[in-house]
Amino acid sequence: MQSLSNRKKVLEQKPMNFWERIYLPAIFQGLSITIKHFFKRIPTVRYPEVKRPYSKNFRGQHSLKRDEQGRERCTACGLCALSCPAEAISMISAERQKGEEHLYREEKYAAVYEINMLRCIFCGLCEEACPKEAIYLDGEHVTADYLRKDFIYGKDKLVEPRFDFVKEGETTT
Amino acid sequence: MAEDIKFKVSIDGIPVEVPPGTTILNAARQIGGDIVPPAMCYYSKLEGSGGKCRTCLVKVSKGSEKDPRPMPKLVASCRTTVMDGMEVQNITSPEVIEARRGVVEMLLINHPLDCPVCDQAGECHLQDLGYEHGLEGTRYEFERRTFDKIDIGDKVQLHMTRCILCYRCVFVADQLTPQRVHGILGRGDAAEISTYIKNAIDNDFSGNVIDVCPVGALTDKTFRFKNRVWFTKPVDAHRDCPTCSGKVTLWYKGEEVLRVTARKDEYGEVEEFICNTCRFEQKATSDWVIEGPRKIKHTSVISANHYEQLRPPAVVKKNLTLQEANKEQFERADRLLP
Repeated sequence: MQSLSNRKKVLEQKPMNFWERIYLPAIFQGLSITIKHFFKRIPTVRYPEVKRPYSKNFRGQHSLKRDEQGRERCTACGLCALSCPAEAISMISAERQKGEEHLYREEKYAAVYEINMLRCIFCGLCEEACPKEAIYLDGEHVTADYLRKDFIYGKDKLVEPRFDFVKEGETTT
Repeated sequence: MAEDIKFKVSIDGIPVEVPPGTTILNAARQIGGDIVPPAMCYYSKLEGSGGKCRTCLVKVSKGSEKDPRPMPKLVASCRTTVMDGMEVQNITSPEVIEARRGVVEMLLINHPLDCPVCDQAGECHLQDLGYEHGLEGTRYEFERRTFDKIDIGDKVQLHMTRCILCYRCVFVADQLTPQRVHGILGRGDAAEISTYIKNAIDNDFSGNVIDVCPVGALTDKTFRFKNRVWFTKPVDAHRDCPTCSGKVTLWYKGEEVLRVTARKDEYGEVEEFICNTCRFEQKATSDWVIEGPRKIKHTSVISANHYEQLRPPAVVKKNLTLQEANKEQFERADRLLP
């Protein structure tokens, strides 16, 4: 049948000549490729000890950010959970009490904030929806685990650790 | 004889016949759809409301049959009554759209954009209005006005910073409750909703100020920060109440009734006012007779992520082959929907 695209090449097998029949040149050619690789740089990375740099726009584990005074930015507005296509996010909000102004930035905060990492597809829509710039997917890969319940990450794993400001004249203990 | 007189009005080119004395806004609501001007302060159930927020501005391009001159300025449609042969332009007039944008900007000047914290977010009229007409940023460089926090009782939370001074709650206090205990103090920029000598609001119908408030200035304290509106599920229910009609909407989260509100129509106005017992005390499913899920506009954020409704594309309606092909889908939708 005639080819429609005219790009078909019909191959015909010719009988091998003398050099091809003794196979030795082909064997040496193959061996030389193998030996060449002994002297090349090894691309394998020994993963847990050595880590490849992440690209800038890599989306890994979420982190809940703090503001410049170390207070939690999240106000539990629920827009991340609303935008989440996998419905991985859930939260319970609470009202900030008097004396907690140094902990939470706004009147309302997330008392419980959970992300189910098995559900999460790391699309980054929560990051985009957040009006308070509180959530970013700037972590590394979410590590493997044995139990399903261990994949529900609470605030203990998500909230960014407190960074300590040292004011001028003060000393850290 | 006089009762039979009907005025012919056209709004954005759509003719409608209404009795004399009807306002342009109500004439537009008889037509319905996109041409209804938005209203922040007008409330059909409250006498004397309207004329304050200016979001319902329309252009009258022909005054009446007898006097066809156009009105010199844009008019507030909630306060202007129709004349025979009047021609009104709402969304067809760029002037109106421009004016409305200005009004929204003015309303938002002192509004603290704390929607992530506000309990009204998701059913806030100012949010909708700002979304449709507003600018993305503000041009206002000064500090927004702030107020001292005033406690007006254990049921209603007042956030004066969010108030747009629509006076709806004052009309509720005037017309629904026997003794008015709150009103507007101060004038102009310093005007604020408050109670007289910090009296707590304590009336059978005082909870209705929550429903009539177009923004989050008056919110339910029992629902405060409990959940976001769009994660709760509205269900119509009624109960035998001695003081009110008892027809309400329950907002469920799981098994729990998080709050009770009156039923609101498409313009965000309550169908019937409910009493405080229904609103604040009865929060168990056993107190109510459930009627069924509340219909929410599919454009509302409250119906986001709810996929139960089948919306076949328009082409399916005309094509019998396509209807046959999707038969199973349609049957399933029929079964799920009451």
